[in-house]
Amino acid sequence: MKNDKFSRRQMLKLSAGTVAATGLGLYAPAVISSDPITLRYLGTAVSMGDEVQKKLFEDTGLKVKFIAVTTDEVTKRVLTQPNSFDIVDTEYFSLPKLVPSGNILGMDTKRIKEWDNVTSIFTKGITPKGKKVGLQGTAPSKVMYLEGSTGKKFANDVTQYATLIPTIYNADTLGIRPDLIGRPITSWAELLNPEFKGKAATLNIPSIGIMDAAMVVEAMGEYKYPDKGNMTKSEIDLTMKIFTEAKKSGQFRAFWTDFNESVNLMASGEVVIQSMWSPAITAVKAQGKDCIYQPLKEGYRAWAAGFALPKTTKGKTADAVYEFVNWYLSGWVGAYLNRQGYYSAVLPTAKQYMSEDEWGFWMEGKSAKGDIVSPTGAKLASAGEKRDGGSYEDRMGGVACWNATMDENKYMVRKWNEMVAA
Amino acid sequence: MQFSSGKIKPHVGWLALPFALVFFAYFVLPLVLTIIVSFWDYTDYAIIPALILDNYIYIFDGCFSNEGGLCLTLKTYLSTFFFCFFTWLITLVLGFCVAYFLAFYVNSIPLQVCLFLVCTIPFWTSNVIRMVSWIPLLGRNGLVNEFFLSLGIIDQPIEWLLYSSFSVILALVHLYTLFMIVPIFNSMIRIDRSIVEAAYDAGASHRQIIFNIIIPLSKTGIIIGSIFVVTVVMGDFLTIGIMGGQQLASVGKIINTEMNYLQFPGAAANAVILLIITIFIIYVMTRFIDIRKEL
Repeated sequence: MKNDKFSRRQMLKLSAGTVAATGLGLYAPAVISSDPITLRYLGTAVSMGDEVQKKLFEDTGLKVKFIAVTTDEVTKRVLTQPNSFDIVDTEYFSLPKLVPSGNILGMDTKRIKEWDNVTSIFTKGITPKGKKVGLQGTAPSKVMYLEGSTGKKFANDVTQYATLIPTIYNADTLGIRPDLIGRPITSWAELLNPEFKGKAATLNIPSIGIMDAAMVVEAMGEYKYPDKGNMTKSEIDLTMKIFTEAKKSGQFRAFWTDFNESVNLMASGEVVIQSMWSPAITAVKAQGKDCIYQPLKEGYRAWAAGFALPKTTKGKTADAVYEFVNWYLSGWVGAYLNRQGYYSAVLPTAKQYMSEDEWGFWMEGKSAKGDIVSPTGAKLASAGEKRDGGSYEDRMGGVACWNATMDENKYMVRKWNEMVAA
Repeated sequence: MQFSSGKIKPHVGWLALPFALVFFAYFVLPLVLTIIVSFWDYTDYAIIPALILDNYIYIFDGCFSNEGGLCLTLKTYLSTFFFCFFTWLITLVLGFCVAYFLAFYVNSIPLQVCLFLVCTIPFWTSNVIRMVSWIPLLGRNGLVNEFFLSLGIIDQPIEWLLYSSFSVILALVHLYTLFMIVPIFNSMIRIDRSIVEAAYDAGASHRQIIFNIIIPLSKTGIIIGSIFVVTVVMGDFLTIGIMGGQQLASVGKIINTEMNYLQFPGAAANAVILLIITIFIIYVMTRFIDIRKEL
C-alpha cells in the first residue's frame, strides 16, 4: 500500500515537473524581463498542495513560498512580525484581534476582478438563493469591510476596502462512526449522551471548542443563547459547568488539538462521536473506516478564511499579491477546494473547472454518477452515493453560528483551562 | 579543587568570556525580558508596557478563599507535582538499578560502553515519536488489550491504559529514565572498588554495601539526575497533553494556551511562578549535597 502511494506521488511529481519545465521554457522571456517574484504566503495551508504552486507558476509565473503554521500562530505572526510575509491567509474570527493592530491593510475590491461574483454569504449574509444564514459569532458579513485602506475599525456599510478576500469556508458538525453507533444521530446533544460515555471527544482549542459546547448546551435545552459567539461571563460559566460535569463523569475519551489526532481517535475506534473537521472525515474514510459528517437539526458551526495584505507589502509585491488573489479566484483553485469538500468563494468560476457529475455531487447534493475522487486521486464516493448534508444551499443555509472571538475571550480561556484541570 | 579558593589567575579569566556571552544572550536576557513582560498589561491584540500586578493576582484568583474548592492554579500545580513525583520515583529506582548493573556487574569496559550506548538508542528518534508509539499499544483496540482479551484474562478492554495518569507516567518514565542513568552511572564508576572490597572483607552484607556505601557515594549523580527529571517534567505539556488525551492539567499546558491566545504577559507571569517553584525544589534537593564540591 505504502509503496503504491509513493510511486504514484513520485509519478505525479515527475509529470508535474515536466509540465512546469515546459512552462518555464514557454514563459522564459517574460520571466527574464520582469524579476520573478516569490510571495511569502503565511497560513495554515491545510488545503494547499504542491499542485497549486505548480499551476500558479504555469499560469502567472509567480512563485509562492509557504510559511505553514497553526491558526493561532498565524495571528501571533501578524501581530508580532508583520514584515515576515507578503500575504496572509487567515480566518475571519481572528479579525477582531488583527484589525485594531493596524497591521493589515484593507484590500481594494476594485482590483479584484471577480469581486461581484463572491458569494453573497460573505457580502450580505445570505445564500445565493436568498436563504438567511445564521449570523451568531464573528460572521464574515459583519467584519467584511474597512472604512479605508488603512482603517483600524470595521465599517458598518459596504465600502471599497475588504478586510479579507474570502477564499475557503465550510460548515462544521459532528463526525460519527455509524458502524459503531448503529442508530441515527440527529442532534448536537448526543455528544453528551451517557450512551457514549468514554467514547466521545471534543477539541481542546478553546475558541472553537466553546462554540461546539454552546451548540450542545442549546440542543440539550439547557439554555438559549442570545449570541453563542459572544457570551457573557455567566453564560460561559453555565456552558463550562455542563461540560466540566460531563468530563468528570468520564464522557470524553480525549480532547484533541491537532487534526491528525482526531483522525486517529476516530479510525482506531477509541471515539465514536466527536467534533471534527471535514478533511478529517475524508482521512478516516481513506483508511477504509465508515465515517459520516453528520448533519444535525440544530445546524452547523461555520468558519471562513481569506487573504489579507500586511501593511508592509508595497509596490511591485503588492501588485503581485493582487495578481495572485485574482488567479486564486479565477476557478482552478476553486474547483480544487470544492473537490476536497470545502467551498470556494467564487462559485461560477469554479464550476467551469468541474465536471457536471462533480458539481452535482459536491454542490447540488445529487447522487454521484461515477466515482468521485479527491485532487490527489483518492476515491471519496462511489456512484449512487450522496454528500453528507446535501447541497451547498442545505449546508451553508443551515449554518447556526460562526467561529468567534468573544469580548470575554480572556475569561473564556481561563474557564476552559479550569475545565481541563477539573 | 583549587578553584574553590576563588582565585583565578587574571590572564585566563577571558577564557570564560565566550560562554558568559552565550549565557547572557540566551539565558539572562530572555529571563529578564520574561520577568519584565509579566508585569505588563495586554489586550487581545497588543501588549502594553506597564507595571501592574494584575497578571499575578489573576493567577492566584480564588486561591485564598474557601469557596468552590481549589483554585485553578493550585489544582494544576497539584496535578503537575503528582506526575513529577511519580516520574521521579520510578526513573530513580530504574535508573539506579540500570546504572548499578552497568557499573558493578559488567566488568569489561568495552561491554560497558556498548551497553551504555544501547541505553541511548531510543534517543535516536524524536521524543514525539517515542511517545506516540505507545498509542497503538495501549488503546482500546490496542495490542495489550487484544492480547489480554485473547487470553481471556479480561472480557472488556481496559480503558485506563491510555489517556490516563498511567499512560502519562509511563511515557514520561520511558522518555526520561536515561537522564537518571547517565549521572548515576557516572558517579558509580568513580567509586573506588577497594572500598567495596574492604566492606565485603569486613563482613558487610550485599544490602549494607548498597545502602551504606554505594548510595551515599552516588548521591551527586542521583541529585543531578533528579534535577534533570524534575525540571523537565515540571515544564512538560506535550507528553501530558498527548498521553493524557488533553484532559489532564499541567502548568506547561496553561502557559501554552495563554501563548496561543496572545496573552503573553499572563503566560510570562505563570512562567515566573513556575520558575520560582522549580528553583525552590532544586534548592531543597541541593541541600542534601554540595554539587560543586563533589564534581
